[in-house]
Amino acid sequence: MDESEGMIVVFLDSFVFMGSHFGLLLEKTGSHLWLSFVAMVVSMLIAIPIGLWLGHIHKGEFLAVSVSNIGRALPSLALIAILIGIVGIGFSNVLIALVLLAAPPILTNTFVAVNSVDRDITRAGRGMGLHPLQILTRVELPLALPIIFSGLRTAAVLVVSSATLATVAGGGGLGDIILNQVAYGLEGVIAGALWVAALAILTDQFFAVLLHLLTPKALRGSKREDEERARVNVAEV
Amino acid sequence: MSAAALSAASAASGLLSAPAAVTAASPVIPDYGDASQCVQNNGLFCGDWFVQQWPVIFAPALLSHIMMTLIAVVIGFIIAFAAALYAHRMQWFAGPFGAVSAFLYTLPPLALFQLLVPITGLTLLTVEIALVAFTLMILFRATIAGLNNVSPDVRRAGVGMGLTRGQILRRIELPLAIPSIISGLRIATVLTVSIATIAAFVIDTGLGSPILKAISSPFNTQFIGAGALAVLLAFAFDGVLALLGRLLSPWTKARA
Repeated sequence: MDESEGMIVVFLDSFVFMGSHFGLLLEKTGSHLWLSFVAMVVSMLIAIPIGLWLGHIHKGEFLAVSVSNIGRALPSLALIAILIGIVGIGFSNVLIALVLLAAPPILTNTFVAVNSVDRDITRAGRGMGLHPLQILTRVELPLALPIIFSGLRTAAVLVVSSATLATVAGGGGLGDIILNQVAYGLEGVIAGALWVAALAILTDQFFAVLLHLLTPKALRGSKREDEERARVNVAEV
Repeated sequence: MSAAALSAASAASGLLSAPAAVTAASPVIPDYGDASQCVQNNGLFCGDWFVQQWPVIFAPALLSHIMMTLIAVVIGFIIAFAAALYAHRMQWFAGPFGAVSAFLYTLPPLALFQLLVPITGLTLLTVEIALVAFTLMILFRATIAGLNNVSPDVRRAGVGMGLTRGQILRRIELPLAIPSIISGLRIATVLTVSIATIAAFVIDTGLGSPILKAISSPFNTQFIGAGALAVLLAFAFDGVLALLGRLLSPWTKARA
């Protein structure tokens, strides 16, 4: 009984901590989000064009799929550790590690999304006199959006949660609070953990809403339908 | 690669933390006195030191990592499989269980570990609860997708042959769902290997532990050795499961 009461007290104290250390939490959230944002932008700039192109020409299935398998196998902490050995400690270390984690799911989903667009539809587009580039941007891309976004969501959640480990390599972020029980106490640790969890869930929802907004009206189902479609397709990968 | 080449490589990459490596009392570099040139220069990867420390540091860490992963995946699979079977029969159950498991999956591992610590303490139990929580969504979805993707015609053929609902499940749906289930198991296992490195923040076990211990005194071989082992372990599990999938579903040559 005592123990569980103690736990509840610590849990409640963590909200008190949030109030009293609001500035600190905001500051760490800022650096956490900045790190995640930069990592996502870099990953998208690398992975989306490659995925679009490979999917468009229907080549490189092996590459796209095996890249994703390798990406899945990389333990983030191990990655950061290996990078400490190669590039040292700091922002760039964590950034490289996060990009290596985020780029594979984006690449694979983009490839699968474009590659699996019905050939009859692209053929119809060609018949209407569209250039290959127009087919890509006007036909394939809109149809591929749900699966591409599902990859972006996977990657973004991965990045936000792995960015917690940035503190190990001196990259800042909310991990600084979560892993510093000596300075902030257990209530601080829990406050930080709750904060990161909320951040990950918000990120996930942010991409869901963004997908809904970006989907052309004609293709737009309800938000739930879009999600289901994306999930079913990816389950088959 | 020779030790000289390795140390040259690390010197070129410019990261040596010479002060840490030179301290003779440094606990992460045992037997410093008779250490090789590579160890003294904190080379990128010192094979001789790795081999020498294998039984002391790496083998126990690898073994506990394997155990941790197996326990989590087996328990996670039992729960997710039972839930999927139930949801297959009672459609309403798929929504809530899917939502809860998706929520758990979204939580950052480190955050979940820390949230559980006040409840279950700095124990293996904390680690396993968290690891199981992360596998649920993938395994549940893979099983449900496998069961639901069985073509209605095939199911009808079973009904026509006079099979009961239970027989259809056991003889038709489950075997046909194997590729999907195996593919879910592969993803979940690799993910668990990856997250289990973070468990070292909670309890001194697994391949994360040599990594965390090395952080106070950056000795490259320990980082890279443990990190590479974790990656290789993930590939090994993935390969074994892929092989298992092929053995269990000999009728399909498709990648599971």
